[in-house]
Amino acid sequence: MERVPILKVGDVLLISIQTDLEDRTALALQEDLAEQIVRTGARGVVIDITAVEIVDSFIGRMFATIAAMSRLLDARTVVVGMRPAVAITLVELGLSLGGVHTALNLEKGMRLLAAPDPGGPPGTMSGR
Amino acid sequence: MTNPQSGGQAHIVQLLSTRQDAALDRWTELAGATLRGRTTQTELRGELRELLSLTLASLEREDDTARSELRAVLADMSGRRARQNFTPKETAVAVFTLKQVVHELIEDADEDQAINEFVAFSRYVDDLGLLTFETYAATREQVIADQAEQLLELSTPVVKLWEGIVAVPLVGTLDSARTQVVMEALLQTLVDTGSESAVIDITGVPAVDTEVAQHLMKTIMAARLMGAECVISGIRPQIAQTIVALGIEFGDIVSKATLADALEYLLSRNGVRIVREVVG
Repeated sequence: MERVPILKVGDVLLISIQTDLEDRTALALQEDLAEQIVRTGARGVVIDITAVEIVDSFIGRMFATIAAMSRLLDARTVVVGMRPAVAITLVELGLSLGGVHTALNLEKGMRLLAAPDPGGPPGTMSGR
Repeated sequence: MTNPQSGGQAHIVQLLSTRQDAALDRWTELAGATLRGRTTQTELRGELRELLSLTLASLEREDDTARSELRAVLADMSGRRARQNFTPKETAVAVFTLKQVVHELIEDADEDQAINEFVAFSRYVDDLGLLTFETYAATREQVIADQAEQLLELSTPVVKLWEGIVAVPLVGTLDSARTQVVMEALLQTLVDTGSESAVIDITGVPAVDTEVAQHLMKTIMAARLMGAECVISGIRPQIAQTIVALGIEFGDIVSKATLADALEYLLSRNGVRIVREVVG
């Protein structure tokens, strides 16, 4: 089974997903990430999905789960580089990605994490 | 009488081949009555000559290749007519006048055999006439579909207002297909230009119903998922009333009265301040 590498950049963990994720890979990633956040004491998680072309509801939920989990471990999650088609799919699926910050690209995502935490999860995506 | 289906028209074929030029002249005259300058007599004559020789070939030889070639040429001609704004009648007349031509030929020659064959021949021409109609309608539908597509492309420009701010001025009625195009164009532009803010201006949208509102919301949600913020502007007073009356909730989506207000809002959020310099 493939494993997605988790890279540490300063106090941010960077996950760059390069392939279309299988469910098992996604589950393994969640476990790995939780361990890594605790071990490194990271304050932020950036998930780069620039290369992801296809998402299903499972992967969509994975983002929300990772965000909720990271928040418990005091790290903020930013999903960056979502393609238009992927965004449209998620909206059509009715997935709101509650609690997930988003940014257009990796650079903007890192800048978002560098800025002080405005506090509270982003209420922007609550299911409407 | 060889084949009761479409053959057995030896006399008509004979008549037509011997007096081909006269027949062609008469046919051109009849079919060319309503050209109104969209095509010349010479062109028409050329087209009809090809049709006539193919018709003769297919009648004579019972040949599938000749017949399919005739149908192809006829379909091509009808399609061309449809695109040149001929009416269906004018298009079909070109085929049906052949009956009159043959009828006149038979009367001149005074052949009893040929008169008997005329019924079969008439059916044959009717068949060709139907093909003409069919092609005409299909071509017209194609023209309409093409235009709808062109309209779709025309109506969805995404313009850059400022560094990091783009706008989509929507004009005309929004339906699912158009919204889809707008949505994709907007989101793609956000990615391409790295813009974090977008204004959707609906000044030119004549009516907003629940469906349109739903489409707008989806677009805005998708943009948010990508990390960009959308502002709606240009909701006209009547539309504002409709939206409230329909009970549509725009939630925390920012809405401004005019495009200018929206731009000002986004600029100030991006830390840009506009100051009027006192001149003189």
